[in-house]
Amino acid sequence: MIIVSNLQKSFGPKQVLKGVNLKIYDGESLVILGPSGCGKSVLLKHIIGLMKPDSGQVLIDGEDITRFEQKKLDALRMRMGMLFQSAALFDSLNVEENVAFGLRRHTKLTSRAIHHIVSEKLEMVGLPGTNYLMPSELSGGMRKRVGLARAIAMEPEIILYDEPTTGLDPIMTSAIDELHLSLKERLGVTSIVVTHDLKSAYRVCDRIALHFGGQIVEIGTREEIINSPNPVVQQFIRGEAQGPMTLL
Amino acid sequence: MFAKFIRDFVESIGSMSILFMQTIYWTIHNLRTGKFAFRNLLDQMSRIGVDSLLMVAITGVSTGAVLVVQIGYQFAQMGAQSYVGGVVSLAMARELAPILTSIVVAGRVGSSIAAEIGTMKITEQIDALEAMATNPVDYLVVPRFWGCTIMLFMLTIFTNVVGMIGGSIVAVHQIGLTLISFKDSILHMLLVQDLMGGLVKATVFGAIIGIIGCYKGFTTEGGAEGVGQSTTSAVVVSIMMILAVNYFLTVGINNFNTAYLL
Repeated sequence: MIIVSNLQKSFGPKQVLKGVNLKIYDGESLVILGPSGCGKSVLLKHIIGLMKPDSGQVLIDGEDITRFEQKKLDALRMRMGMLFQSAALFDSLNVEENVAFGLRRHTKLTSRAIHHIVSEKLEMVGLPGTNYLMPSELSGGMRKRVGLARAIAMEPEIILYDEPTTGLDPIMTSAIDELHLSLKERLGVTSIVVTHDLKSAYRVCDRIALHFGGQIVEIGTREEIINSPNPVVQQFIRGEAQGPMTLL
Repeated sequence: MFAKFIRDFVESIGSMSILFMQTIYWTIHNLRTGKFAFRNLLDQMSRIGVDSLLMVAITGVSTGAVLVVQIGYQFAQMGAQSYVGGVVSLAMARELAPILTSIVVAGRVGSSIAAEIGTMKITEQIDALEAMATNPVDYLVVPRFWGCTIMLFMLTIFTNVVGMIGGSIVAVHQIGLTLISFKDSILHMLLVQDLMGGLVKATVFGAIIGIIGCYKGFTTEGGAEGVGQSTTSAVVVSIMMILAVNYFLTVGINNFNTAYLL
């Protein structure tokens, strides 16, 4: 289980996280919704230890990872995969080398076995045969899918998705959502998804959290969120320009 | 304003020193555990060294040739032609080869390291490395640092050689010296410690270029504009640092030579 407790983070005078509290259960798929720039990606980066909070804790299996030494943090990261907002593919490496990166550095698998795994993951994300293309030869959506293949290459227990469907067409969005659900079903993966895409969020979520003003303002199942009386939630899911979100 | 400049400067020097220490730590750690990425190092050495060869060759040949033109006629008027080769080789070996090679490499390689790492920083590639349990200093800095350090040493030897070749061509065809007298003058005046002193300097300058390029890359912020600023800053700071450190190295090497070798 992942527990985020009273997490606070400021960049200069701007406080982005103002005491975030969150529980993510094993095998659960939690979607974090929220307006652009509200700190959702920052929250995700705290969960994988890429950022240190000013105060607060991130407990994974009961241990506070914000106090982990590097070695322990690396061991934890090998159990996690992250799909970045910009895909973050390594420009100087081809698709195969990108997807194989973690496998080559942290396993003793043979080149043949790694090639097999890479091809399998690329097939899963709908990009078979792209092994030797460079990232510069891929479209935005393709880059994202390669990023996803890289995130799942080590078969992690926890996957963090930072806007996984942004830039994808509706068909590919559905394919990615199905892949997400199958990973959850097949491997019991715990996922945390940051997105703006409500349709996709409803499809993959067990629960939805709304992040706004540096805090989680609402959390619940899809139905609980849709029926929430909270005006912030209603404004967000209806996509209205006027409301408390613009007032704050 | 001035206080802020001083504070930022001291802070940068501190951060660069920490980056240098981390680089040494990861180098020793990887050598001990047998995880040193020699292939990565060779890639960087090829990129830094081989790709700089043409620019360094042009710089070396032209410097050697110009030096001979500048001093050749003066020396000839004084009847001191037999010293031309020696004086040119001393100037090249002690100062010009390490300094000019370093400035060329700082402009060409230091900037490209800063741009590459800076772009990786703003496109979350550094975060991706860390998320995959890979230390960015280990993966990015170690091969670039040693690539710069080793190749500056090599390139400076190359600059010395091509500088002498350029100088000898001009000495023979323009000043009217014989190749034998030019060569004899070099062998008579140039000592091993002169060459080694220059190479020690070049090695230190290589380390400076590597660390500053990587540091500027890691501290890149913003978008394309930030990358541009880091790139420029990497070159400017490297050259300033090389010139400042050169003075202290020259004094140190001279003192060492006087105390132990002369």
